[in-house]
Amino acid sequence: MRISSVQFVYQLAYQAVGILALGVSMGTVYAATPIEHWQQPKGSSIWLASSMGIPMVDVHVEFDQGARRDPENKMGLSSLTASLANKGVLAWQAHPALDEAGLGEAWADLGADFSIGSDNDTFSFALRSLTYPDVLPAAIALAAQQIAAPAFDPVVAQREIDKTIAAIKEAETRPDYVAGVAYAKAVFGQHPYGHATTEASLKALTLDDLKQFYQTKLNPCQAKVSIVGALTREQADQLVTQLLAGLKTDSPATCPTLADLPDPAKLTAAVNLDLPFDSAQAQILMGQPAMKRSDPDFFAILVGNHILGGSGSISRLSDEVREKRGLTYGVDSYFAARQSVGEFTISLQTRPDQAQQAAALSMQVLKDFVEKGPTEAEVIAAKANLIGGFPLRIDSNRNLLSNIANIARNGLPLDYLDTWTQRIDAVTREDIQRAFAAKLQPEQMVTVILGAKPAQ
Amino acid sequence: MRKRVLCACLVALSASTRVYAEQASQPVVAHPTVAAATTELEPRLFTLKNGMQLIVKPDHRAPTAVHMLWLRVGSMDELSGTTGVAHVLEHMMFKGTPTVKAREFSQRVAALGGEDNAFTSTDYTAYYQQIPKDKLEEVMKLQADSFVNNQWPDDEFKHELEVVKEERRMRTDDQPRSLLYEQLMAASYVLNPYRNPIIGWMNDLDNMTPDDARAFYQQWYTPLNAAVVIAGDVQPEEALVLAEKYYGSLPAKPLPVRKPALEPMQVGIRRFEIKAPAEQANLLMAFKVPQLKSVDQPTESDWDALALTVLSAILDGNDGARLERNLINSEQRVADNASTRNGMYGRGPQLFFVSGVPAAGKTVEDLELALRAQIKRVADEGVTEAELKRVKTQWIAAEIYQRDSVFSQANDLGSLWAIGMPLETKDKLIEMLRKVTADQVKAVAKKYFGDDQLTVAVLNPQTRDPKAKPRTPSVEVRH
Repeated sequence: MRISSVQFVYQLAYQAVGILALGVSMGTVYAATPIEHWQQPKGSSIWLASSMGIPMVDVHVEFDQGARRDPENKMGLSSLTASLANKGVLAWQAHPALDEAGLGEAWADLGADFSIGSDNDTFSFALRSLTYPDVLPAAIALAAQQIAAPAFDPVVAQREIDKTIAAIKEAETRPDYVAGVAYAKAVFGQHPYGHATTEASLKALTLDDLKQFYQTKLNPCQAKVSIVGALTREQADQLVTQLLAGLKTDSPATCPTLADLPDPAKLTAAVNLDLPFDSAQAQILMGQPAMKRSDPDFFAILVGNHILGGSGSISRLSDEVREKRGLTYGVDSYFAARQSVGEFTISLQTRPDQAQQAAALSMQVLKDFVEKGPTEAEVIAAKANLIGGFPLRIDSNRNLLSNIANIARNGLPLDYLDTWTQRIDAVTREDIQRAFAAKLQPEQMVTVILGAKPAQ
Repeated sequence: MRKRVLCACLVALSASTRVYAEQASQPVVAHPTVAAATTELEPRLFTLKNGMQLIVKPDHRAPTAVHMLWLRVGSMDELSGTTGVAHVLEHMMFKGTPTVKAREFSQRVAALGGEDNAFTSTDYTAYYQQIPKDKLEEVMKLQADSFVNNQWPDDEFKHELEVVKEERRMRTDDQPRSLLYEQLMAASYVLNPYRNPIIGWMNDLDNMTPDDARAFYQQWYTPLNAAVVIAGDVQPEEALVLAEKYYGSLPAKPLPVRKPALEPMQVGIRRFEIKAPAEQANLLMAFKVPQLKSVDQPTESDWDALALTVLSAILDGNDGARLERNLINSEQRVADNASTRNGMYGRGPQLFFVSGVPAAGKTVEDLELALRAQIKRVADEGVTEAELKRVKTQWIAAEIYQRDSVFSQANDLGSLWAIGMPLETKDKLIEMLRKVTADQVKAVAKKYFGDDQLTVAVLNPQTRDPKAKPRTPSVEVRH
């Protein structure tokens, strides 16, 4: 067990924050491993970093078809489609149908792994395989069959929905889940970013909805494919062609345009939710809709949040709330830099009778930071950590893949990783102060405190 | 490998021995090329002048390194009344030395572009920094200073103890399945210190003093009980020079005698339940099984320990495995989730865990019967060659994927050192694994799953009144 001070904070930050999955540069580090980028005849775009050190490859295929595009009366569509598409395949080309047990065995026999996922912004496929000649072709063929012909078996679907409903009811007995759902709803209102799956939302979706989504929304001309591993460009190109062969195709010329989406509405006044709950700790969440990934202030916010609450035990929030006063095990802040405007959040947990004190203190730290900005010394220290630590962000295939996917998703230039440290270095104290003042309105934030009791 | 879907029971299990948590989800073998590509990349073991050990694992793919200090001391070395002190001390190790102020350690590592952290388990405690390779010497200097000169005022302890209590509330007291696991360990062992939670009982945290932590530090933090592990873009000979300079010169005081804690033989089933706020019931069973002690000259019991891990991988871990196929995804399904995990090795005795959540309309009794029937089926009918081969393929593939993470490589080597296993353990295990037969798997399924060595814990879910007032914070541990 990783019982430790800083770990938890980092985990939170990395899980929650698009912003921290920033790529960092290859220029100085992986000069021998440049990113290659090209488009296939069907319009699929490929980003490849050949890395020959280990006989393995990771492939990530994504579409701009995440939850944010769910229709108002079909919330959860993208997510449910992803979770049910991985449960059995129909016969396809020369390959026979396989039920979920057969699929599980087939992947285990290859020592490979395939998954289908959906999050707020993306719908994705992921393949990890060894590159041995007796393994990789079979893994590609099986993945291609899964992408082409998911079974969407009604009996399996019903069972999975029943299990999900049971899991939701279980989650509703947990303080962190209940607080998180209330918080997301208060921050995002009706926007899909605020949606939490419920029994009712699951029951509003039919198998036909899922099939239609799958058949019409995943178009190869809009696929963004990131690859890291022991493949040449030619091998990678062939892999993608085979992998996506079963998806409906528009040519680049007729590729449909994706609609622009409205951003979540700004909050106009503070929202304070004080929710009763019987638990060992109170949960505290504070924040608001704040920034999207394409925002020109991205780097100023990145450096600023590193100082405020994004750098584990040495952040301002951690120093005040944890180190000086022992009020919590983990406090952090993050900006979820998504395709549409995502949230800024401060989160912590504390003994119920300390909840008001810890929340007030955290808000005071935030207000002080927004009003006065960081000190020059803090900016220098944050930049030293981010710039000096740059190589750590791309020192494995897996880390490199997430950075390349970030470039692909956000249309960033191929030299993004080469210039990343320069962009960090260019941020000034004034940039941070101005950016935080523009993005955050501490007097118009949501504050959820769940399970507090009066101070002793 | 394939992630098990939302199985909180595994989260709970991982609360005990992190080594095995990884092992369990890391099934298994087929290609002959698992060993490192060249000798130059093999891990090396050195003994420094003062008896401290150094392990170096080169990986030149990126200009980074991981530096870890491992102590062969964990919660199993604590005495009654001070449970949790190994972990509290781990937190206090960041509170300064005569030359480095409280919290300055992490600030200095950050200034070097690094990240640092630490963790405690039943068997060991480890501190680490991930850094650009040219900062290796500076973090070695910092860590060596912290290792021998740790010193802080009582006030720092007082604050940090509150942080640790918050950590306990977060990880255990508000997690019904963690509570279940904690109680299962306490019931499985009467004498062995594995009965105590790593984070400590709240009573012991409430009553812990600064001198408890200082005494534990004086007793166990000595070069003779420590190893440095360095993985990444380093040359072993250069690392050795630095290690001699910063660690090899430290005074080596003798280690206290480790007394054996041989658990009295369990001679009958133990069964209990706990009530906690939840919607779903939970079943957690622990069978006492052998501990793998040698990969060089394996005894029958070592082979059994390995065969039990193979059995676990055949029972669950992918949609084609037996529990998924027969209990979770079948038409007459019994479970919403179900899983198994074999401890296999560690400094102390090992358990084979079987756990699950009953499906709607099924009871924990139904689930217990169904789970044990699956094991009995292996005992009666054995496993197929295809199942056995599948486990081996997965195991070997997982070992190759694992090489992608420099941190994992250092972590594996450090934890093996801490439990007294040789550096080549993983390769040797694969050699052994190739020889495991279907008959061996059948035999262990028959031998170790009777009632007498079994402890069964049931989570009896209680409705949580959403309007209820929070309970008194001092009443934390529910026995």
